[in-house]
Amino acid sequence: MPAPPTQRPRSLRSNLAPSDRAFRGVARGGGATVLVIMALVGTFLAYRAWKALHKAGFSFLTTQDWSPDAGQFGIAAVMVGTILIALVAIVVAVPLAIGTALYISEYAPRGIQRTLISLVDLMAAVPSVVFGLWGFKFLEWKMTGLSRWISDWFGWIPIFKVDGVTRHDPLSTPTVYTSSTFIAGVVVALMVTPIACSIMREAFGQAPPGEREGAYALGATRWGMIRSVVLPFGKGAIIGGTMLGLGRALGETIAVVMIISPVFAIQSHILQNGTSSVSSLIALHYGESSPFALSALMAAGLALFALTLIVNFVAASIVARSRSGAVSEA
Amino acid sequence: MTAVDIRPETKDRSIVAPPRTTVPDRTPPHGEQAQARRRTGVLRTSDFLAIFGALLASLTMTGLLWTQLAPFTGPLGYIVVSWFLFVLIYAVLVSFDENRPTMWDRVSSVTVHSLGLVLLGALISVVVNTFVRGWTALHHVNFFTQDLRNAGPLDPLTVGGIRHAVVGTLIELGIAMAIAVPLGLVGAVFLHEIPGRFSRFVRTVVEAMTALPDLLAGLFIFATLILIFGLDKSGLAAALALAITVLPIIIRTGDVVLRLVPGGLKEASYALGTGQWRTVWHVLLPTARSGLATAIILGAARAIGETSPVLITAGATAQINTDPIHGPMMSLPLLSYTLVQNSQDNMVARGFGAAATLLMMVVVLFAIARIIGGRGAGQLTARQQRRRAVRSRRDAGRYQKRARPAQPIPAAEAGAA
Repeated sequence: MPAPPTQRPRSLRSNLAPSDRAFRGVARGGGATVLVIMALVGTFLAYRAWKALHKAGFSFLTTQDWSPDAGQFGIAAVMVGTILIALVAIVVAVPLAIGTALYISEYAPRGIQRTLISLVDLMAAVPSVVFGLWGFKFLEWKMTGLSRWISDWFGWIPIFKVDGVTRHDPLSTPTVYTSSTFIAGVVVALMVTPIACSIMREAFGQAPPGEREGAYALGATRWGMIRSVVLPFGKGAIIGGTMLGLGRALGETIAVVMIISPVFAIQSHILQNGTSSVSSLIALHYGESSPFALSALMAAGLALFALTLIVNFVAASIVARSRSGAVSEA
Repeated sequence: MTAVDIRPETKDRSIVAPPRTTVPDRTPPHGEQAQARRRTGVLRTSDFLAIFGALLASLTMTGLLWTQLAPFTGPLGYIVVSWFLFVLIYAVLVSFDENRPTMWDRVSSVTVHSLGLVLLGALISVVVNTFVRGWTALHHVNFFTQDLRNAGPLDPLTVGGIRHAVVGTLIELGIAMAIAVPLGLVGAVFLHEIPGRFSRFVRTVVEAMTALPDLLAGLFIFATLILIFGLDKSGLAAALALAITVLPIIIRTGDVVLRLVPGGLKEASYALGTGQWRTVWHVLLPTARSGLATAIILGAARAIGETSPVLITAGATAQINTDPIHGPMMSLPLLSYTLVQNSQDNMVARGFGAAATLLMMVVVLFAIARIIGGRGAGQLTARQQRRRAVRSRRDAGRYQKRARPAQPIPAAEAGAA
């Protein structure tokens, strides 16, 4: 008998049918088109912003004024305003989102669970202009009482201070408390809560039943079980949902534009009338801008984009790395 | 019957007694009442008392604070302060009766319930406020049949309406979705079907673009199409800006939905010798159909409510304009945004009416998404199942007709079977 021929691995080659080849071509083409569009937006904005950035140099980050045609412009004030509004929003939204997510996944009766989930999702789809109207015409005047009370009694904490008001002055007008960072932040909080909430709820719902029952078997109360099983399991989703909400809050435009009254100085008193944000700056100034001013606006927009991008990527990596993160996509 | 009777045959029944089941005596023993069923529920009278007591105490204490100690105004402040006091007093009350872990359990339960209620209350408040304030405008028929060209600032609500904005919104939405949906679906299928370094890169870029503030999409269109290429501020420009805003959302959601399709289905299709394209068209897409529809409709709901890109690119007009290329076109969010900044009450009411109309459109889209979607990949409704069964039976009939005539089954075998 002849020796068996030495076997070599076959080279695998798939012979694609013409229809498959066409399909792959179209799919690749679609992917490339998407990429080109997205890259075009990014690079064009960067290119147009470059002129302003180049002229302003480092002072772009430190100047508070916004008069590009006079050469005096920078994002110090608007960026601080944007971040403060987003922070207020997050401080309000995170407890609200965690509480609602826990309520839906742990406390709510099974019968109404699906309805509640739909309601929260619906709230995420409510247009921002509707929230803006609500904040501008309804909430603003309801909040002034609370704002005044906080500033009267906690005014010794710097951020709660309101200039130009003395405590218990019956003649002081409530208008100093309107259009403030606080009110804008609360309205934005209501817009980002559903987003954060649905991410958290999904993770909480996936906490392993075995561990839950184990906690109960060891004599835990419901809160004990939540604290020792559900919350640690959903930690990644809590952080990730918070960051995604933060990203959304940073970029929110219309609701903020409707509520705040723009001021181009760093406004660190969150209860006081007047603040500013990058997106409201663009929305209010794009119309009367010269080409150079437009370029400056784009630079501001680009700075905002960079900030949102960092926040979102950090959020995505935290969610993906957490135990519950495999399926909890926005 | 094939079962074998294994009972021993007994001729004489008087010798072996047939087996009997004995029923135990169920009457309760003397001196003991029938036991009352125990309630396993956890609510006791003291729990109610603690909750209502704490509620009453907090409301009155806040009243005291309000009027005497630290005066403030506005019902919102009252509610916030009484809530904090309520939680505090409730904790103290419960800690009289229960141990530490139980107290924390009760307090956290109360907190979680009230946080859920706050969000629900906010949603209801937003919706109700919009409809109530818009009602004065909404209940006139002309609000939906006229545009605003004849309505001066002082005209009553019986003149003028939002038809131009509804039409504009629908046109802009239509164009935006006509661009974003095919491109988005192809993009999602690409990310899912052709993995590799290139698609990873595209996925990263798309994810980055979901972070793009929607305003910047508008600014991009404004700076390119309008300032450089000289397009009017128009419906088309707005639709393109909206398409850029929605595209990453549709791709990303679609990608997630496609990932949920069970791999076994695709592998089964490949094992039958099907090519990639046919597998995508006949297995992947139909299985993920409901999820993809949800992704598209939620994208549409997002696009319909976006104000900021439209604000920059569409211009404003009071007349109906059905030509997307020339002249400004109004849309509902933009109209609402401009009208409420008017100082006249009638204009503000119209603004709220526009917002309410917008809200209704979003709710309708959302309801459609719930009806179509909301079930996992490959789970069918009863109707779909029936239709599949009919189709499968038809296929079976066709196969039978094509196959060569079957051998007649021998009569003897048929009888044995």
